[in-house]
Amino acid sequence: MQEARYRIEVFYKTDDPRGNVIAKKLNSLGYPVQKVFLSNNYLINADIAAEEAERIARMLVQPVVESYSVNLPYKPERFAFAVEIGFLPGVTDNVSHTVRESIEDLLKRELDREKSVFSSVTYYLDGDIDLDRAVEIGRELYNPLIQRIKILSKNDYTGDSGMGRAVPVVSIAEHPSADTVSLDVPDEELMAIAREGIADSDGTRRGPLALDMLSMHVIRDYFNEKEKREPTDVELESIAQTWSEHCKHTIFAAEMDDVREGIYRRYIKEATMRIRREKGDRDFCVSVFEDNSGGIAFDEEYIVSDKVETHNSPSALDPFGGSITGIVGVNRDAMGFGMAARPVANRYGFCFADPRDERPLYRGRDASTRLLSPRRILEGVVHGVNVGGNTSGIPTPQGFLYFDRRYKGKPLVFVGTVGLLPRKINGKSAVGKKAMPGDNIIMAGGRVGRDGIHGATFSSEALSSGSPATAVQIGDPITQKKMSDAIVKEARDLGLYSSITDNGAGGLSCSVAEMAREAGGFIVDLEKVPLKYPGLSPWQIWVSESQERMTLSVPGHRTGEFLDLMKKRGVEATVIGTFTDSGRGIVRLRGEAIFDLDLDFLHNGLPRKKLLTSAPRAPKPHPDFACPSDLTANFLEMIGRLNTSSFEFISTQYDHEVQGNSAVKPLQGKGRINGNASVIRPILSSKKGVVLSQGLYPSYSDIDPYSMAACSIDTAVRNAICAGASLDMLAILDNFCWCDSNNPERLGELKRAAEACYDTAVAFGTPFISGKDSMFNDFKGFDENFNPASISIPPTLLVSSIGVMENVELAQTIDFKREGDFIYVLGTTRSEWGGSEYLAFIGESATGSPYIGDRCPSVKPDEFMKTYRALELAVREQIVSSAMSVERGGLALALAKSAMAGMLGAEIELPSVPVSSDMRADMMLFSESQGRIVVTVAPDAATRFEQLCRAIPHAQIGKVSGGRHFLVKDAAGTTVVDATIDSMLKKHKSIFANY
Amino acid sequence: MPMTRPKAIVLTGYGINCDDETRFAMEYSGADARIIHVNDLIENRKKLRESQIFIFPGGFSYGDDTGSGKALANRIKNNLLEDLYEFIERDTLMLGICNGFQVMANIGVVPGFHGKTGEAQIALEHNSSFRYQCRWVDLAVEKGCPSVFLRGIRSLHIPVAHGEGKFYAPPDVLERMKSLNLVTMRYRLPDGAPARGEFPYNPNGSMEDIASICDTTGRVMGMMPHPERGMFFTQRDDWTLLREDYRSRDEKLPEESDGMAIFKNAVTYFI
Repeated sequence: MQEARYRIEVFYKTDDPRGNVIAKKLNSLGYPVQKVFLSNNYLINADIAAEEAERIARMLVQPVVESYSVNLPYKPERFAFAVEIGFLPGVTDNVSHTVRESIEDLLKRELDREKSVFSSVTYYLDGDIDLDRAVEIGRELYNPLIQRIKILSKNDYTGDSGMGRAVPVVSIAEHPSADTVSLDVPDEELMAIAREGIADSDGTRRGPLALDMLSMHVIRDYFNEKEKREPTDVELESIAQTWSEHCKHTIFAAEMDDVREGIYRRYIKEATMRIRREKGDRDFCVSVFEDNSGGIAFDEEYIVSDKVETHNSPSALDPFGGSITGIVGVNRDAMGFGMAARPVANRYGFCFADPRDERPLYRGRDASTRLLSPRRILEGVVHGVNVGGNTSGIPTPQGFLYFDRRYKGKPLVFVGTVGLLPRKINGKSAVGKKAMPGDNIIMAGGRVGRDGIHGATFSSEALSSGSPATAVQIGDPITQKKMSDAIVKEARDLGLYSSITDNGAGGLSCSVAEMAREAGGFIVDLEKVPLKYPGLSPWQIWVSESQERMTLSVPGHRTGEFLDLMKKRGVEATVIGTFTDSGRGIVRLRGEAIFDLDLDFLHNGLPRKKLLTSAPRAPKPHPDFACPSDLTANFLEMIGRLNTSSFEFISTQYDHEVQGNSAVKPLQGKGRINGNASVIRPILSSKKGVVLSQGLYPSYSDIDPYSMAACSIDTAVRNAICAGASLDMLAILDNFCWCDSNNPERLGELKRAAEACYDTAVAFGTPFISGKDSMFNDFKGFDENFNPASISIPPTLLVSSIGVMENVELAQTIDFKREGDFIYVLGTTRSEWGGSEYLAFIGESATGSPYIGDRCPSVKPDEFMKTYRALELAVREQIVSSAMSVERGGLALALAKSAMAGMLGAEIELPSVPVSSDMRADMMLFSESQGRIVVTVAPDAATRFEQLCRAIPHAQIGKVSGGRHFLVKDAAGTTVVDATIDSMLKKHKSIFANY
Repeated sequence: MPMTRPKAIVLTGYGINCDDETRFAMEYSGADARIIHVNDLIENRKKLRESQIFIFPGGFSYGDDTGSGKALANRIKNNLLEDLYEFIERDTLMLGICNGFQVMANIGVVPGFHGKTGEAQIALEHNSSFRYQCRWVDLAVEKGCPSVFLRGIRSLHIPVAHGEGKFYAPPDVLERMKSLNLVTMRYRLPDGAPARGEFPYNPNGSMEDIASICDTTGRVMGMMPHPERGMFFTQRDDWTLLREDYRSRDEKLPEESDGMAIFKNAVTYFI
């Protein structure tokens, strides 16, 4: 292996704060580590003189607290083992890029981009540990899919030359040409090509195309009949990307039972079209379902866009890499909206298994295929969005955590971005972009490597041992930030390009082909595409999902100016081809066509599936248990469960104040309680605000997927109204995450959920503006005893809401504000606790498994809307002093959170709660009936408030007290809950106290 | 009205990300503020000579790779150091916020004890929690500190958002800073008592609760908290609670909040 000329190690000469935290963390996991020392290491492999290497080292050191050595291993005073972690060859190493740029700036000469600088970190572990323990600790610190590890005992480290200087250069056997693939083969071979990939000359398969047999036949016939030749691998891979479930949403597009046009057209798109028709002049949609994000009117001058994506499969393998590329990827959906919107807020939502579950799962039959534990996945995913969002300077105010044991095989990672775009740029509509024939095709941002190959096709399949490690991607937010600033803040307003889209799933193969629909054709010269390292096959270059890239169409006479600007901003941009109007997409390699397809076939040739559904399963039995006489213990348990607990540790590590736009924050009140909606003020000179919220109830899917979907919409809408939004200016986004979607029963559930989406959205007048689905969230592998195991997620629908409010000064938060304020509940409490958090808790306590129950909450839009309209008025008249939507955990949770947020007590009379029928105290407290809101009102405003509420179910159920006691009395006048705010806060914040 | 508005440069590039709101704060306060890319400034240094106020805004320059502020400080040191010293020698103002403070610390212009060497004298290390902290803090302005930016201000309620803000100075440097009154702000408890290192009031473990320092002229200051994120009433974390008081007194809500005073002081200096 090649050795670098210099190895610079940088280490603390004072106490290293990082080491203390890492040692504490390892202690909490049971490792007897006394102290951890660290060194940051830089391998420099370039023609550099020794004196220059010293200068470089001095540049890399913070001289007040750090010191360095060149080609001399750092030796902390005490340690047993040294563990070095760096990246595998070819994996993006952001630190090394920065160091290379700094060296170039210092020495004023250029170094090789990929082969001159490499970074790593060494952990020196002091404590009573042996090699086995050191290996276990190493596993805690690194991810074998993307990183390399080297573990040396103190003797080996000091006796030898430390960690050595071997450089991790990529060496790939050259395969720089395209192959042809015969499709005139038996169906078994066609199936193998579809499922496992095209075979290389040595017989190994390249990874799934994820096409079904029907599609394979259509492709074979197209080449036989129209092109009269065999396809190249580039063409086949490209068609597979373009036709993937991930890109084409084949299930939502398929004919399903009697729904000829498919459930997307019938239930999602038609809902929006009908709402827009009915709203007439008050229609606020500007661009829906057509672009990378959906857009609604913000004011006379601006459009606000929104898009929510999932990044589930990559996050299962590499939680940090999966979630960071998820968030910076969806940022590009804002940049790719219209002529490029500026990202102004991020959203997130994570569904995990219990992080305390340590039982392993394996993708294959050997120990090396072990999945990361739920805790590692949680930590990695949370950290990835932290780095992606914070580094990009985009606030991340809105999010949630949800837990179910069925997310153990595949977590769900939802990430979204809100963007802001002027309605007009240089006098032209900013959403009417069009690549023109003759425009240059320019790729800007990062370079292409093997990362993310088969991402689109991979996420269209279940996670198994065949899942490709190359599907993993590493994000580089700074490269993207530089590009984003150069495009959104400069090139866009200079009018330097005619169209733009992002490189996400399918890479160039999808972005160029997509833009070619505007122009009519394209020619790309593949050798012009800048690569991270040599040796990539043409098909890999074409479908690679390497991150941080946008594709632009730039008119010839603006091309020089565009390239100059990018260069000045440190952004790499390259002309890789031309848009044409030939009707064909052509890719050449050194002049020779290796891809030459009819664009119409590429985009529209995919045969539509016909799918049949079967009725969803029968509901579960009603669990039978008595209502305890003292509910205090249950109450305290209920406010501190995984699904009800504070996730303050996330809110404080995600910068939600950057851009200065935060108005309603993720943590509310003196008690710092997670709210369920956020408000931003994206333009500082305007008082207008954007309200963001979310709703999600996977547990209801077990009983009734229709209600599950309706409740998700109702919650996302109600939460936004509580924060100050209006039904007149509220839109929603759908993210379906389903499982086992070849199973008619699962499709039956999907159809019911889609029907609910139509009915509920139309009733509320809240149009869908964008959506995305992920249909195969299943795991097929082995349990801790290597017995076959398959785990499917519960059918999950995330509904995200986005509303525009006239004046952020009218926004409202969840915290009780003043002693003596009246507490009201709006809406009716019903005997609806099927799928509730309370039944899950009771079941887990009694049997170890959650109870499900038979009657989950249902949505009555006409009734609920009256409540929301009344609250809208009350908020506008400023007679409400807090508003809290009743969600998971029911009335008890809503009241508890408002009280904890305000650090004020409450006295609640349960008999006053409006109910549909007589019910026991625990049902009243924990039923999750929808359409309910807890509101506080100052006594002098109560008369007016009750007047506004006269037509809706409402009641004053108590008042805010100063005593910091939370008291609930039942019909008999007995105190059934008696807890102090301090004990509640402690319980509510306990699970993640050490995260 | 002032004769001419002072010209302010708000630096951008390579991951700086608080440039827009910082420029807005300066404009709102009466400056003629422009965002200029570091590469454009290197190409056209004249812009520095034409300006009175220079701001290193917050952000993640170079992704904090190799240590926050270090790589951008190197970029400045390799290309603009002389010009920056010339700028400071004139009767100008320089402010670094968060990542900007980290850059200024790495260039050594605060506290400015090493002349024109470009050497750091203090460090902003990883937070004691080794975790990014975005939260609101209470700050006490040190009595008698010479900072132009803090004239007339006694305390501030504004947010911090950083992973590396733990102030450290070697004992001799700290003593010298204190004898010259160069510590300008410290984290405190909401009731006004010193934070004495207590998390989260002191959010990062800073030595002696130090949040901000200046040079001996008082014209050059670095601060970890973000005044531009606390310049308006509705940016505050407690504004919906405070609103209840205004309502009960039947008063109009205020427009501004604590952070704006810093920017106004900068502009007022030139009027």
